[in-house]
Amino acid sequence: MIKIKDLQAGIEEKEILRGIDLEINAGEVHAIMGPNGSGKSTLSSIIAGREDYEISGGTIDFEGEDLMDLSPEERAHKGVFLSFQYPVEIPGVTVSNFIKTAINESRKGRGEEAMEAREMLAMMREKTALLEMDKSYLSRSLNEGFSGGEKKRNEIFQMAMLQPKLAILDETDSGLDIDALRIVANGVNKLRSKDNAVLVITHYQRLLDYIEPDFVHVLYNGKIVKSGDKSLALELEAKGYDWIKAENA
Amino acid sequence: MTDLAQDLLSSFVIAESELNGSKNLAVVNMRKEALDRFEALGFPTTRDEEWKYTNLKPILNRDYKIMLKSESAVSFGDIKQYLLSDLDTYKLVFINGKYSSWLSESTHQSYDICTFAAALNKYPEILSTYLGKAAPSGETFIDLNTAFADDGAYIRVKANQTVDKPIEIIYLTTEENGSTFSQARNLIVVEQNAEVQIVERHQNLGNVESFTNFVSEVFAARDARVSYYKVQNDSIKASLIDNTHVQQETNSNVHIGTYTFGGKLVRNNLHFYAGGEHTESHMDGITIIGDGQTVDHHTLVDHMEPYCYSRELYKGIYLGKSHGVFNGKVLVRQKAQKTNAFQQNDNILLSDKAKVDTKPQLEIFADDVRCSHGCTVGQLDQSALFYLRSRGIPKREAEGLMTYAFASDALEYVKIPQLEKRLNRVIAGKLGINLEFAL
Repeated sequence: MIKIKDLQAGIEEKEILRGIDLEINAGEVHAIMGPNGSGKSTLSSIIAGREDYEISGGTIDFEGEDLMDLSPEERAHKGVFLSFQYPVEIPGVTVSNFIKTAINESRKGRGEEAMEAREMLAMMREKTALLEMDKSYLSRSLNEGFSGGEKKRNEIFQMAMLQPKLAILDETDSGLDIDALRIVANGVNKLRSKDNAVLVITHYQRLLDYIEPDFVHVLYNGKIVKSGDKSLALELEAKGYDWIKAENA
Repeated sequence: MTDLAQDLLSSFVIAESELNGSKNLAVVNMRKEALDRFEALGFPTTRDEEWKYTNLKPILNRDYKIMLKSESAVSFGDIKQYLLSDLDTYKLVFINGKYSSWLSESTHQSYDICTFAAALNKYPEILSTYLGKAAPSGETFIDLNTAFADDGAYIRVKANQTVDKPIEIIYLTTEENGSTFSQARNLIVVEQNAEVQIVERHQNLGNVESFTNFVSEVFAARDARVSYYKVQNDSIKASLIDNTHVQQETNSNVHIGTYTFGGKLVRNNLHFYAGGEHTESHMDGITIIGDGQTVDHHTLVDHMEPYCYSRELYKGIYLGKSHGVFNGKVLVRQKAQKTNAFQQNDNILLSDKAKVDTKPQLEIFADDVRCSHGCTVGQLDQSALFYLRSRGIPKREAEGLMTYAFASDALEYVKIPQLEKRLNRVIAGKLGINLEFAL
């Protein structure tokens, strides 16, 4: 589904990613772990199309198309979704209007008809229930005054509504208590299928207890230095990151 | 170079006897004195502190026909788009300074909703009680208006009456007379525990320059409630100086909303005099302008008595080569303990060529008060923009959505749903967004 080859990128003069290679196929769940500052969030932002970074080399191929040529909205229309580490508060725009707009703009971008109001409503009802959200969420201003947990739940709600092919969850577990973590992970698991893929970016292993990865990669100093199955995550949890640092010093 | 001040002084000699109210000696004397003060003061320049950021020269240095009254064939079809057509309202329509009884719907039944000319000619006791009592003399544009104004809206709502539907006041100019300078005046008297809603606009229908010097005096007696909305969406050839002065008595609640999208130069001098305890003074507005437009909001709240509340919220969005000015003065006199005054002015510049001058001005002489003020000038938040785009919303729509959300909380106090809808539509149009977002 997505093939990243030798991706190098930075911000201003600072080099952050130093040659990332990563391939994710439909139906797979990948996890990227790594210490703070290793480049995890940079990678997810670049896949989603954030323009603050300078790409100095490499390619990102998404279903046969070069993502680099596409705007963030075009990537979304193709099925790329990023759950933000820090979702932005937008006063004056309600969750329901926002998601309605996002769905219909994405459909328009793909040359499809707008979703019927009745269908939209039914879907909202179903997805709020899935994430154990009160329906009053829908009429609140987007993320405004939301607790950390509510913001993350709202991200997964949007994912559930937009039904992306590739969902990138950037530190979705941070700021969540154990109950919220379970609800969010359950939401993600319900959305998994053989046709879509998930990339989980996390500092800690605990989210991976709930969303089981097929592959785990360790990102350190802008490079993937180790890949393995889910046992690698457990090893990292037990041993910390110091041995990775030592190996790559 | 033409000299508008000189033209005005000489035309007064001819006009004086033809003005409404010229049989009332008190009015005649008031006009003469006002004209003398205008002659002494002249027009302000950017050297005057109050006009530092707004240069009137390009507006003043033009040839205007000084409008008194002239007939013009304007049909309902010509003005329909400027009315709240989906709502039953009283209407006071003026065309080139002349009242159009054909297009208007006035009343004398439970309240007077008619013309300032009628007040000048028929209600001397009203004039002596109210005229010039809210709008102070010694301000050049007010004096000039006092000397010339002979028509406009006159509204008087007697005690305990609630006007059963909103009142629309519309001032139209046409192009038959070339560029025109006109001066109308409103007198609005809302007696004890009475209530009224007013929507006002000035509209230049022609393809010539127009310059309006307008005065509106509002008197809100004890427990009175007034909502007064100014829709400023005139043509790029129209300039307006609006002087609105509000006198408030105990426990009255007055809201003035100013929504400015059109016009070449618009200056709003909006003054509240909170002269009783427990008054509420609300003033808010949205300004969205572009190339070649200047909008200047100068506000004053004068807290004279204790336990009063004032709320001021102005939002500005500036595109192209536009210029915005906000100067908000809050005066809390020594006696006005327990005053609660809030003021906020937020601006977004969507172009490198747009400019905003914003200045809060607090003068507080009481020691037990709560006064807050703030002003911001910025661009759209890039992180928020990326967030919206990453959900599939195209850049242009995302920018529109964000600016819309930024502006729309200044519409919170609009009590006429049809007007709110109308304003939403204008804002959406200005920002190029799909209204589905908002509704």
